[in-house]
Amino acid sequence: MTLQAAQGGAVSAAPPSRIPDRRRVLTMRRRTWIASALFLLPAVAYIVLFFGAPIVKNLTMGFQDYTTATFYNGEAPWVGFQNYVDMFESPVFSIALSNTFVFTIASIAGQFVIGLAFAVFFRRRFPLAGPIRALMLLPWLLPLIVTGAIWKWLLDKDSGAINRILEALHLTSTGIPWLDSPSLALLSVILVNIWIGIPFNLTIFYSGLQSIPDELYEAASLDGATGWKAFRHITWPMLRPVTNVVLVLGVVYTLKVLDIILGLTNGGPANATQTLATLSYNLSFTQFEFGQGAAVSNVLILISLLFAAVYLRLSRRSEAAE
Amino acid sequence: MKPRTTRVAWIAAASAAAVLGLSACSDGTGGGTASGDATTLVVQDYYGDEPQKTVIGDLLDGCAADMGVTIQRNVVAAPSLVQKTLQQASAHDLPDVLMVNNPDVQQFAQAGYLRPLEDFDIDTSGYPDGILKAGSYDGTLYGLAPGVNTLALFYNEDLLKAAGVTPPTTWDELKAASAALSGDGKYGVAFSAVATYEGSWQFMPFLWSNGGTESDIDTPEAIGALQLWTDLVQSGSASQSVVNWSQADVADQFKAGKAAMMVNGPWQIPGLEATDGLNYGIVQIPVPAAGDTLIDPLGGEMWTVPNTGDDAKEKKAAELVACLNSDKSQLQNALAQNYVPARSSLGTQVVAQVPQMQTFVDLVANARGLTAELGPDYPGSATRIYTAIQSALTGSLPPAEAAAQAQAMK
Repeated sequence: MTLQAAQGGAVSAAPPSRIPDRRRVLTMRRRTWIASALFLLPAVAYIVLFFGAPIVKNLTMGFQDYTTATFYNGEAPWVGFQNYVDMFESPVFSIALSNTFVFTIASIAGQFVIGLAFAVFFRRRFPLAGPIRALMLLPWLLPLIVTGAIWKWLLDKDSGAINRILEALHLTSTGIPWLDSPSLALLSVILVNIWIGIPFNLTIFYSGLQSIPDELYEAASLDGATGWKAFRHITWPMLRPVTNVVLVLGVVYTLKVLDIILGLTNGGPANATQTLATLSYNLSFTQFEFGQGAAVSNVLILISLLFAAVYLRLSRRSEAAE
Repeated sequence: MKPRTTRVAWIAAASAAAVLGLSACSDGTGGGTASGDATTLVVQDYYGDEPQKTVIGDLLDGCAADMGVTIQRNVVAAPSLVQKTLQQASAHDLPDVLMVNNPDVQQFAQAGYLRPLEDFDIDTSGYPDGILKAGSYDGTLYGLAPGVNTLALFYNEDLLKAAGVTPPTTWDELKAASAALSGDGKYGVAFSAVATYEGSWQFMPFLWSNGGTESDIDTPEAIGALQLWTDLVQSGSASQSVVNWSQADVADQFKAGKAAMMVNGPWQIPGLEATDGLNYGIVQIPVPAAGDTLIDPLGGEMWTVPNTGDDAKEKKAAELVACLNSDKSQLQNALAQNYVPARSSLGTQVVAQVPQMQTFVDLVANARGLTAELGPDYPGSATRIYTAIQSALTGSLPPAEAAAQAQAMK
């Protein structure tokens, strides 16, 4: 934005009307150059201060023995790759890594499919569609700490509402240990995260659907394409750009999910829901192993960057296709 | 046309730069601390919930009035106190008086955040050794607690009477009693085995009383304690959900009559008193075999004097810490929030007013600080302990393997 505005200014500042004196043009050029640099400065300073510096700091911390004392005296001895060696040797890291992938992929798949289904559903006009759609946003509006506490009650094995209902329907007699069993806890946390993510997907897809002209569906229905066929040949291709945005934002949001897991299980039971984000948090802020915490979060940054690169590739390709 | 455009551009760019400059300047003003002026003390604690917020506020105000200083109190949410303090340490902007949860005292002392209390005139006579050790790092005292707490076994009198069970004193009795009290949607015993330091803290009396140590959980003694908890859960005498219950959740189960016995601390007494129709008693936690000695963990928060570099203020801060630990303050604090006064001699006065505190007053005299053995290395071992507990209780691994695997963690 800033760059374009500055360039626009530069263009209008070089008038072709009179043949200008050579020196004057040079100073004018230099002046517009300085002006555009000043326009860029806030954005560059912001990026350097609030994005660049923390990332550089995090990268360097990963190579340091960064302790509680470091905060006070600034001394953090270099330890080379020791933090990374410790990280890869730790049995928890591989669990956290695979949990992170399962959590991210399953959460996004669930949010995506259900969000899209709801968006298509709400595209039809029916009584009370507006208020119901507004209610669907509720999970998005709740603070995650509250969401965590509520779902912890709902999923409680002995007195949680969900098991009570299942018991009343005679689907289970002993209660399902949603959050208490290492084999179920990750699934339960994913289900809660899907519930939280549906409104976001619904909203983006819904607005994406608004931009598809009704005429397309009318024309298609004359040709006999309705229902699933209309979805496959009109809705889905027309939603492609929106789909890319939803997927990439979804991946980045989901990779770093922390509060909901801390609230539900704190990474337990027996590390069953430990992800890279919770592991990094626990290493840094409960075990005071800041260097190792930074090493784990650097891995997280790397994964996010990979996805960002894939996204840029995809969007460039789709732009080229257009 | 032309000159105007450039001028507008210049003005816009200059004002953008000015805004940036301003925000950069505003950073600088906050850092400076007035030196020599010791009339205002910044106090930081995590007593944000009532009634503690008011109790500690009253204590601080009373001391401030006696000393002729003003207090600027900074209440932080409990989970973020450590993070907040780390930030302040890196900005060299620590508060004048800092409350620290006892397992963190050594961590902060080792890092150089705190002044040794020996530098100041603070009376520590009459404190049990365990409490002084919990506030010390490398033999030097850094923190002092006016009140402490520990764990005991609470039991529901009505449920025990109905089942014809007496409060257990040994592990075998605990297993038998819990089994007899379980069934029909109820559990015999509840404890917190959550994946936080709360879970490790609850395990300590079982670990220590069986001769185990926090430095190595892959020992027969530690595995024995782990086996006890595992048996309680796998036999159905304790809920599978203990792996997700905080101590507050455990108290809720007990209040609702869903757990006949629970492991918990004296801070739960007000909530239990407020529960209609609940008759309960408190005994010490069962020991492995008759005649064994119970070793309980010490809990509570310590008041410390951070290293602010301002001698006059540090001296005043130490005076405030001394005042917070005076007999009068200890009693006021103990009665208001159900803590055991740190000075052993004051215990009887508390019990006279709150008889339920008797068990805790007795237990504290022999209780051990969580960091007494490992010091700043405690967090790592506490993590290993709750990891082993969780692996064993969920049935992921048998107790011996759970302990071996957790101990191998870095």
